[in-house]
Amino acid sequence: MSTIAEHTVGHVHRDDIGSRLGMWLFLFTELVLFGGMFLVYAVYRFTYQHEFHVAAKELNTSVGALNTIILLTSSLTIVLSIIAIRKNNKFLSVFFQISTMVLAFGFLVNKYFEWNIKIHHGIFPGSETLLGKGNGEIIFFGLYYVMTGLHALHVIIGVLLIEVMAGYTIKGRINSTNYVRLEAAGLYWHLVDIIWIFLFPLFYLIT
Amino acid sequence: MHNNGHAVSYLDYKGKHSGIFAWILSTDHKRIGLLYLMASLLFFAVGVTFGFLMRLELIAPGRTIMDAQTYNSLFTLHGIIMIFLFVIPGLPAVFGNFFLPILIGAKDVAFPRLNLLSWWLYILGALLAVISVFLPGGPADTGWTFYIPYSIRTTTNVMPALIAAFILGFSSILTGLNFIVTIHRMRAPGMSFFRMPLFVWSLYATAWVQILATPIIGITLLLVTIERLFGVGLFDPALGGDPVLYQHLFWIYSHPAVYIMILPAMGVISEIIPVFSHRTIFGYKFIAFSSLAIALFGSMVWAHHMFTVGMSETAQIIFSLLTFLVAIPSAIKVFNWVATLYKGSISTDAPLLYALGFIFLFSIGGFTGLIQGALSVNMHIHDTSFIVAHFHYVMFGGTGFGIFAAMHYWFPKMFGKMYNMKTAKVGFWVLFVGFNTLYFPMFVMGWLGMPRRYYDYLPEFHIYHLISTIGSWILITGLIIMFTNFIKALRSKTTYTAINPWGGETLEWTIPNKPPLENFEVIPTITAGPYEFKDNDEFLMKENN
Repeated sequence: MSTIAEHTVGHVHRDDIGSRLGMWLFLFTELVLFGGMFLVYAVYRFTYQHEFHVAAKELNTSVGALNTIILLTSSLTIVLSIIAIRKNNKFLSVFFQISTMVLAFGFLVNKYFEWNIKIHHGIFPGSETLLGKGNGEIIFFGLYYVMTGLHALHVIIGVLLIEVMAGYTIKGRINSTNYVRLEAAGLYWHLVDIIWIFLFPLFYLIT
Repeated sequence: MHNNGHAVSYLDYKGKHSGIFAWILSTDHKRIGLLYLMASLLFFAVGVTFGFLMRLELIAPGRTIMDAQTYNSLFTLHGIIMIFLFVIPGLPAVFGNFFLPILIGAKDVAFPRLNLLSWWLYILGALLAVISVFLPGGPADTGWTFYIPYSIRTTTNVMPALIAAFILGFSSILTGLNFIVTIHRMRAPGMSFFRMPLFVWSLYATAWVQILATPIIGITLLLVTIERLFGVGLFDPALGGDPVLYQHLFWIYSHPAVYIMILPAMGVISEIIPVFSHRTIFGYKFIAFSSLAIALFGSMVWAHHMFTVGMSETAQIIFSLLTFLVAIPSAIKVFNWVATLYKGSISTDAPLLYALGFIFLFSIGGFTGLIQGALSVNMHIHDTSFIVAHFHYVMFGGTGFGIFAAMHYWFPKMFGKMYNMKTAKVGFWVLFVGFNTLYFPMFVMGWLGMPRRYYDYLPEFHIYHLISTIGSWILITGLIIMFTNFIKALRSKTTYTAINPWGGETLEWTIPNKPPLENFEVIPTITAGPYEFKDNDEFLMKENN
């Protein structure tokens, strides 16, 4: 019989290209997930053209634009954090990761107030005000809450992910020779960004 | 038998954890495969029991052993359990996990910890499904399709069932993702794509369907959950939503899911046929590409489930045409399997019997699928037990028999034991006869107008229901014979040491039974295709000349 010591022999498998491939595949699934929502949006936009037009006027374009700027900037900061760690500048990398989280937090606060105002005006699923409006407007705001809500959920997951990465970076598990995890988190963050880039015109700009 | 030091078997390997934790925290793809096997067989037993009870209820018109509400819950649970907990993970998660790395000459999958996470998600989803049965309100009664508006009106526990299906979908996505990366990145030197065993090809096609189609069901089930919680109105006609849109979204996933279920089974058959006829497989590339073609066409036929809901005629004609097209790659496979058998030196062991059973039953299932794909006929048999018979022929006669074939084929490799071949053959024939007795009458009564999912029926259908119920008893007897045979073999003390009992040419037959933790002592270098039975081919060539 072999000894226990022999049993614990294991191999360390590291394949950065494979990890990146895996992350991209995961991002595809996320895109398809939101794709289902965009499909629903397209169908109802086609069915209720006029009512979507009326409903979209209720959304505040400048709040949406501000959030777009915030998210785009946060995408920049996460890229900068990856460049920093590649150049072996741990401090700067952590700084940019924290900046990304702060910006994401700003986005969520902004979103919170935006939703809050809507709810104060009585526009939320099942409310009397909303049920008093036409079917198309009910669907528009339904989609608005579901899609931006699902997106906000992804923002929160992204923040948690980056927080873990910042911890890894501080501990040195993410360093200038092994930063594929940070790259993966960065890719995820860009996904969150790009979905917002589509949500913004669909809800705020097209009226 | 493993005292050569470093080649201790995966079953005896002692890692960081001990006891049950050595299993449920193991990242070894073989142990995870067995974990899936045990869990999915457990749920299979539950699903079979529900099916048995439903058949018993239908043995005579009127109430026999349960009330209508119980019956509704039973067919819902039977569907959810069989589809999400047995058939979908049955081949990819069990045998894919166990054999994919071995077949391509790798030590493990690309992301072993993610693999373990998939299993945990599977268990979490399964537990939720089980919990939904016992919560106040009673188990879901919507059918596994969760059609709106009923699924947002019923007071039964639809929510836990929906969330369970969502989590199970996530588990399936992660398995698919893992397999794609494994196949792309971890093949042994010399293992080009066209030297991969066909089971690997089928897993590859399956994995793409898993990751591209499953998110759609994820978002759809999530939307139904939101609908129940907040009444957003996206699918509620009272608020301007469209329930037919729900059906589209549901089938955009759930039809490709049918191919998630059948493709790996076709892969298993493509492994077994050449080995047991001792011939190079006929049309390797056609079989490989037909898997991809099935995955592609199969993603574009979903609306043939909805011919009676009121679509435009143009849409119906296009979906009907595409449905006919998807039969072509499946037919290519069947043709190639049969051509491989031709002039082979066939040994009719249990794995081959199950593979032949697959071809026979799958062909019946496939052809009746075409009957339903024709628009005019579909109107006649829509939502009748004809459909029930069709998909049981494909899903049970096809995938189910594929799973049993795989179990008989790889059993000695996985456990280092051998089952009794005679009993296995008897088991097959009882199962095969029981299967046809159970499901064939459903074609007939469906054609005569017996609706599916009905608790009661007119007296003129009695004889068919009676035969069908008797068939269910024969089928269960067959299952009992098969599993008793396996359990006896597992408990026997004699170790089976022949590493290549069937004369296979793929890599798993080059390593010891109960493979060691890292599968290969030295990663092999591949110099030839997977099915080169040169001796027999040369013999045939001489004979032909």
